[in-house]
Amino acid sequence: MSDHSTVVVAMSGGVDSSVAAALLVERGYTVIGVMMRLWAEGKDNRCCSPPAVDDARSVCAKLGIPFYLLNFETEFKTRVVDYFVAAYARGYTPNPCVQCNRWIKFGALLERAGALGADYLATGHYARRRERAGKFELLRGVDAQKDQSYALHRLTQAQLARALFPLGDLTKPETRALARRFGLPVSEKGESQDLCFAADRDYRNFLRRRVPTALVPGDIVDTRGRIIGKHAGLAFYTIGQRKGLGLAVGEPLFVLALDAARNRVVVGRAVELGGRELIANAVNWIAGSAPAMPLRVTAKIRYKSAEVGATITGDEVEGSVRVQFDQTLRDITPGQFVVFYDGEVCLGGGVINQTDSRFHCL
Amino acid sequence: MERAIYLDHSATTPVDPRVVEAMLPYFGVKFGNASSLHRWGQAALVALTEARRTVADILHARPGEIVFTGCGSESDNLALRGVALALRGRGNHIITTPIEHHAVLNTAAQLEKEFGFAVTRVPVNRYGVVNPDDIARALTPRTILVSVMYANNEVGTIEPIAEIAKITRARGVLLHTDAVQAGGYLDLDVDKLGVDLMSLGAHKFHGPKGVGALYVRTGTPLVPTQTGGSQERARRAGTENVPYIVGMATALEIAQGEREATNARLRALREQLVIGILERVVGAQLTGDPQHRLPGHASFVIPDVVGDEMVLGLDLAGIAASTGSACTAGSAEPSHVLAAMGYAPAIARGALRLTLGRGNTDADVEEAVNAVVEVVGKLRGK
Repeated sequence: MSDHSTVVVAMSGGVDSSVAAALLVERGYTVIGVMMRLWAEGKDNRCCSPPAVDDARSVCAKLGIPFYLLNFETEFKTRVVDYFVAAYARGYTPNPCVQCNRWIKFGALLERAGALGADYLATGHYARRRERAGKFELLRGVDAQKDQSYALHRLTQAQLARALFPLGDLTKPETRALARRFGLPVSEKGESQDLCFAADRDYRNFLRRRVPTALVPGDIVDTRGRIIGKHAGLAFYTIGQRKGLGLAVGEPLFVLALDAARNRVVVGRAVELGGRELIANAVNWIAGSAPAMPLRVTAKIRYKSAEVGATITGDEVEGSVRVQFDQTLRDITPGQFVVFYDGEVCLGGGVINQTDSRFHCL
Repeated sequence: MERAIYLDHSATTPVDPRVVEAMLPYFGVKFGNASSLHRWGQAALVALTEARRTVADILHARPGEIVFTGCGSESDNLALRGVALALRGRGNHIITTPIEHHAVLNTAAQLEKEFGFAVTRVPVNRYGVVNPDDIARALTPRTILVSVMYANNEVGTIEPIAEIAKITRARGVLLHTDAVQAGGYLDLDVDKLGVDLMSLGAHKFHGPKGVGALYVRTGTPLVPTQTGGSQERARRAGTENVPYIVGMATALEIAQGEREATNARLRALREQLVIGILERVVGAQLTGDPQHRLPGHASFVIPDVVGDEMVLGLDLAGIAASTGSACTAGSAEPSHVLAAMGYAPAIARGALRLTLGRGNTDADVEEAVNAVVEVVGKLRGK
């Protein structure tokens, strides 16, 4: 990669993307700062609030690079918000940030970066890209605490070929130290915000306001199918949830499964929670094709969950795999992403569809 | 980025060095408050009076008819809200057009929504020209004010103000014109135009930002929208911004004094620019009136590209352009002006505005045409 390349940096106004931009300027790239204007339920999306825009613009002015606020409201609404709503309506628990990376940052923004004449799109993610035998690999960030490869696991070869992650080799304290050296703000304000598009941070309220029709009350049943209470809509419950079930039963009960077909919440005792197997759909293999299976990997079922050993085998359905964990996991949640690693290499991942929980089919 | 060609003079202009020089004494040496009795105040008042006379002379108006304001938008606000509230005992109907600047559009909308006025927006044709007959037809016994811009900011079209004035005068209805874009380029004689109120903003004609003026014909009822001290004959409270007002008067004097020469040069450059783009960018169309338009103003719709993307591509190539109004840049909404002129949203998305000014040269135009051709080619090729 030539040092005369042009790079668009996705700016958030926070320390990470600011340092990423500064590093690229220092390395001699022609850098363009861009912030995405995203759809919001209320006045502003928290990922592009007016103070965040001001911060990003100031950083770019300080670095002597152009700054543009580009509009992606329509794309974001379709790809992220509508997906989010549809997932909950089906009893799934979505991950909007993963979709945003796949479709908005490394989708619509990458395309606009190309229109601006940029060779690369850089972000402040803690992840690394390695070129090997003409292919690109996605590696964990060096800082294990901050590693964000999970959120990037749906990128394709074409996307990775044009991606730069200047912070991948740094730890967060190193990034902060660089921010001080470059004279940049070190605030966390502009960092990615969960549920950035909802007027408040409670997804339940968001769903109540936006899709009341998807919130159909139904029965809460025990593991033998006996009705023991009422629920307010599947979207309000998540696997492993204990509080807020409104059940007057002696021992603590947990949500074991959400049965969308029958609009039921299945609850049971702690010992009944969990599973060792799942089927993942829409699997993205970063290498571009599926590896030979069965395959030993380590896997994560949420961004912040612990990684456990697992064996992946092919499924009869194209693009789906069966994942068997070495140990029982308590909160395998349909709709979340399961992401696979081989050592430091992120292999890809898929959407959790079924678990081996016996309680789905009651 | 070595290249730097500024082609966005409808958004704003650089302050003329002669203007800066005229302003400087009033920041330091002659800093007085024009309302003070002592000689510091007297010196400021003298400057203010001279500036007012300069502007009044250019407009063929009386000094007392000039109200200095904070900007063109404020002048529009004062004209519409000031007259509407003063005359609400006589009528509640206002006529304007759908292509006005938002300073007029949103003030009219607020009068409609919050104060119970009725607003008629007469249509414009494909070139953005208002038909005076449509104004005549829209007048009712309850009509108190007509507001039509002198020249449009997005497409450069010059409106037939004098003809509209004949109609409004015959019916005894007040006429306001937003002349913010026209200030440096067109004849501002308020009697020839026949207007009762006229808005100006200094930064469009190489004066400073943050100062404007409203011409108010003697006898025009006007309620102040900013109340306080009795500055500007109690029509606009607040200590007069003497250095900026001096700057505005100096800039207007220079612009109007050099008008014929400037306009002839800008017209020639614009023709070169328009021909270059229409010849070399496939499918490009000129928007606005081809004849009756501001001398340095060129605006287009270009198929299969998005205006904002052209503007960013040109910026990276060292050329300042815009899609239309600087005030709505960055919004996803298509231009209200192009919509009113009958352009479908899909076409209006490809709007590009290049507005020339005093500093531009033949070479600038040539480079700009090349850059537009290159940027459009890249965007279409992606």
